[in-house]
Amino acid sequence: MSLRITRQGVLDTIQDLGRFGHQYLGINCNGAMDKFSMQLANALLGKELNAPVIEIHFPSSQILFEREAVICIAGADFLPTINDRPIPLHHPVAVNKKTNLKFEKFQTGARCYISLFNELKLDKWMNSYSTNLKAGTGGFDGRGLMKNDVIAFTNGLNISKLLHEREFVVFPWKANDIVDTRNEIEFIIGSEWHWLSKDAQDLFQEQWFQITNEADRMGYQLAGQNLEAKNNDQLVSSAVCFGTVQLLPNGQLIILMADHQTAGGYPRIAHVISAYLPILAQKKPNDVIRFKMTSLEEAEKKLLNQKKYLQQLQIACKFRLEEFLHAHL
Amino acid sequence: MNPFQPYSFFPLGDSALTIDFGNIISEDINKKVLRLFQHLKTIDDHSIIDLVPAYSSLTVYYDVASFQHPDKTAFELMADILEELFSKSSDIHEEESNYFEIPVCYSKKFALDIDYIAEQNQLSSEEIIHIHTSKTYKVYMLGFLPGFTYMGEVDHRISITRKTAPVKLFPGAVGIAGRQTGIYPLESPGGWQIIGRTPVKVFKKEDENPVLFHPGDEVKFYSITEDEFKNYQARRT
Repeated sequence: MSLRITRQGVLDTIQDLGRFGHQYLGINCNGAMDKFSMQLANALLGKELNAPVIEIHFPSSQILFEREAVICIAGADFLPTINDRPIPLHHPVAVNKKTNLKFEKFQTGARCYISLFNELKLDKWMNSYSTNLKAGTGGFDGRGLMKNDVIAFTNGLNISKLLHEREFVVFPWKANDIVDTRNEIEFIIGSEWHWLSKDAQDLFQEQWFQITNEADRMGYQLAGQNLEAKNNDQLVSSAVCFGTVQLLPNGQLIILMADHQTAGGYPRIAHVISAYLPILAQKKPNDVIRFKMTSLEEAEKKLLNQKKYLQQLQIACKFRLEEFLHAHL
Repeated sequence: MNPFQPYSFFPLGDSALTIDFGNIISEDINKKVLRLFQHLKTIDDHSIIDLVPAYSSLTVYYDVASFQHPDKTAFELMADILEELFSKSSDIHEEESNYFEIPVCYSKKFALDIDYIAEQNQLSSEEIIHIHTSKTYKVYMLGFLPGFTYMGEVDHRISITRKTAPVKLFPGAVGIAGRQTGIYPLESPGGWQIIGRTPVKVFKKEDENPVLFHPGDEVKFYSITEDEFKNYQARRT
């Protein structure tokens, strides 16, 4: 029961919702960049929302399913195919043994997620399956997937009858979500917001910033007009989080992403709100964004709505799956 | 008035709250941070997801969904809980800590920047080693990498600004940046000025407790020769 990587992608790792509770030891959180799509992939299979998934960048890994599996792909659209025939995103799909999953083309977004109904056999480290690339631990051997890696999985469902020699079968339910391509990114002010002059605060909200080539799982460096701090105060190192916008000494900005360090010493002028991090996580170099201020109250509300939506979807899909299997197996 | 004052609360994004004791490095303030940290760690509150102590701040990550109130934000409710706790601060005990003596080989083979410090600060390398080993340092916080400690404060005579561009360093590299000293747990780029290397593994991913030092611990360094360094490494494998 396994899948095999037959071609190595640029950076494909195992991720879940992240590793919390150990940041005081400098152990950072990691976790999926787009947590919404990651959970969506799990929800559509009726799986626990925090179950580990494969996070895929483009150019992507090619995967050979050595056994039948039920999968769901969510997030960026890289035109996934099974044996060269397109399969839809945001739909559970049963795939037959000895089939090849490929991602053909960079269309929308930057990261997609593959969830398997079958349970993947992976390394849990400090209470999470997320890959910590720096420490070389968690996920699959603490690193990105490489050619000939084999990930074993449990025998989930007996679907040979359903597949009936076909290469794949698309299940009859889906989510209508598509990658949100909005480029207005909502933020709340950070504790050093007032270190910016009034003009710099206005400029922060008015100008378009371009995501530079220095954009990875650790952070996105932005290109734009320099923002000036009112003073040259130094900040004593203190916690930072996913979405923190730091002002660098040269007046440029960096947004910290999923693999951020636990603490930092640059002024935290803003924080992208949690509900918008999935949108940001689907941006890539050269995309442009603009920051739009919101309140903490709104930020909490949007986060809770997202959470409720995913929980309800997960429960609904769990029922659908049971019904479907009952009727077809 | 409670003994933790003065402090302020601010939101660190929409899912964490930072208790800020002022933008300074001070042993007394760090003690407050660590007392609170150790106390909160023992509280069985499912809404608290993570705690991040730093020099002069403690950040509490919380689960927004576990707070539901018609006219208060999760941030405000978390702040209320903390205020309540501070007012009962007699329950909060002194911090616990461990003491370590750590061998360091200050040989030129590892002490990449000791000549630079010697030149900048008008000292011999022997004086630098003597000064670095004659004080017990406090672990103020960890960060940057799993197991990376920010310890202080080094004697002002060996204080040195960090490099302008990071260089690739070996695991166990012992460095100085400003009045801080620390050990690189992993091979990594780093900007601290390197004065030696310890054979002690401060981060072991395969261990149940992978990180040797915890915030609040005390560390004293002692000098070893290259042969002792090799023997130490050989003994460990």
